[in-house]
Amino acid sequence: MANRTPTLREDIPRGNVFQRFYASFESPGRRRALHALIVALLIVTPWISSQYVTVILTNALLYVVLCLGLNVVVGYAGLLDLGYAAFFAVGAYTVGILTQQFGINFWAAIPFALLAAAIAGVIIGGPTLRLRSDYLAIVTLGFGEIVRFTARNLEITGGASGLSHIPEPSLFGWQIDSSIDFYYVFALLAVLAYIASQRLFDSRLGRAWLYVRHDEDAAEAMGINRVATKLAAYVIGAIFGAIGGIFFSVNLGAISPESFSFQQSVLILLAVVLGGMGKIPGVILGAFIVVLGPELLRDFDTLRLLIFAVLLLLIMLFRPSGIWPEKRS
Amino acid sequence: MLLQLNQVSLSFAGNTVLHDVDFGVEPGRIQSLIGPNGAGKTSMFNVITGFYRPQRGEITFDGERIVKRKPHSVTQLGIARTFQNVRLFREMSVLENVMAGQHCRSRAGALAAVLRLPSQRAEERKILEVSLECLDFVGLMGQQDRLATNLAYGHQRRVEIARALATEPKLLLLDEPAAGLNSGEKQALIELIRRIRDERGVSVLLIEHDMSLVMNVSERISVLDHGSLITEGAPQAVQNDPRVIEAYLGQDDEELAL
Repeated sequence: MANRTPTLREDIPRGNVFQRFYASFESPGRRRALHALIVALLIVTPWISSQYVTVILTNALLYVVLCLGLNVVVGYAGLLDLGYAAFFAVGAYTVGILTQQFGINFWAAIPFALLAAAIAGVIIGGPTLRLRSDYLAIVTLGFGEIVRFTARNLEITGGASGLSHIPEPSLFGWQIDSSIDFYYVFALLAVLAYIASQRLFDSRLGRAWLYVRHDEDAAEAMGINRVATKLAAYVIGAIFGAIGGIFFSVNLGAISPESFSFQQSVLILLAVVLGGMGKIPGVILGAFIVVLGPELLRDFDTLRLLIFAVLLLLIMLFRPSGIWPEKRS
Repeated sequence: MLLQLNQVSLSFAGNTVLHDVDFGVEPGRIQSLIGPNGAGKTSMFNVITGFYRPQRGEITFDGERIVKRKPHSVTQLGIARTFQNVRLFREMSVLENVMAGQHCRSRAGALAAVLRLPSQRAEERKILEVSLECLDFVGLMGQQDRLATNLAYGHQRRVEIARALATEPKLLLLDEPAAGLNSGEKQALIELIRRIRDERGVSVLLIEHDMSLVMNVSERISVLDHGSLITEGAPQAVQNDPRVIEAYLGQDDEELAL
């Protein structure tokens, strides 16, 4: 074992172009500048782009929220969740049902939706998080399908055709209805999700997720309750998903079971893995890629999804731990 | 007694690992558990810390019965441990490793973290302070930002001790802390173990094969053989006990070399 004089340098990545590029964002000054630039871009974009672009970007921002939520589960806590769209559905349907069928105010319905998602998270996570991660993947896969089938077969959820005419919300007299309005709502949500993710990551709980993911026994020996820690990740992920669903339902004004399919879960997971599990900028990048990728390739018409798939495979081939991974390899 | 085992028996699929073990650690002691390979020493640690559940027997620590407690809850009560094969969070920094120990002494939840409540920030500062103090105590100040896996082996062992101390234990269990250390590092380890007891008031129970270290540092030695406690006493008495010599017969001579 080399016993050189220890310096910090040793742990800083070098060599690889990607690593040098990412390392350049480590300085707080540059990070602040980048944050300011991104917020400015978020604000001006809808004024300089077409309605089509605004709608697509709104969708991308929704995916940022969903992906950051799933990232807490998959990236931080290392739990494979194949049914994440279920929480997205719970949020969307709770708000849809309460506002459209019971005439409850949108803002008053939000706490119920969050509570419903948290309860769903505890019900599904409580018994299964004691098991190994692969079992959890199977259970969550089943859970995702159960939620979708339930929504399809109940009367209150509108059956296969879903709910429509979900009223648009207003805030202090501001009717949130245009595509630009919703763009700003989702931009705000994405920024809040980013801040929350960052703060969770830098907290006692965030570290506990990493400890448990790296070595469950050592974490237990340090006094960390493995099951409670995983459950916290799962419930927080559920709440992020529900928040996405809540605003998704009022944005579209209509929801149907097909919006919450297995494919949806896979797409969100794909974005997280593609971008780099556990690394916030990577996950955001992944969310934009899965939404914007197919749109940018629209010119290729029928070959669009094929080309997209090949591009994804190439990325995973050359960047197996994601475009912007958590730790340098 | 700080820690007391009464008639503890453990077996796996019919194989007896521990057989009616009565064992105690007095507060403020440095005590060793020795015995040939496979005698059940590490199993005993695992029983004490809640990783294994004994079939029979009672364990009390600081007046609490701990047999049915989970490992994290045992740690919370004040028993910390290290592992025979260093088990650091390899891809995390040295400081983050030590901060793990403070988890059970803090309580801020998700909401407090997201809102950055003043109480949460104060708690984070305390976690940082205690962790740095523990690193300083084991002599690793200045190494906190390195990845644990990049440290020399002897230093990794010290990080593990610092991490255990960060749980603010009353009793520290060290599982072969000298394994893989050179003679200089062993000498430093002896001093560190004494300081842990003298300066921090933490009782220490260690499993160790290095007899000169055991004889040097322990005030009391217990000998385990085939899952049974065969003798206990002061180092000199144990060293000359014919049962101990018999237990070690057929073992590597090196282990008996004093």
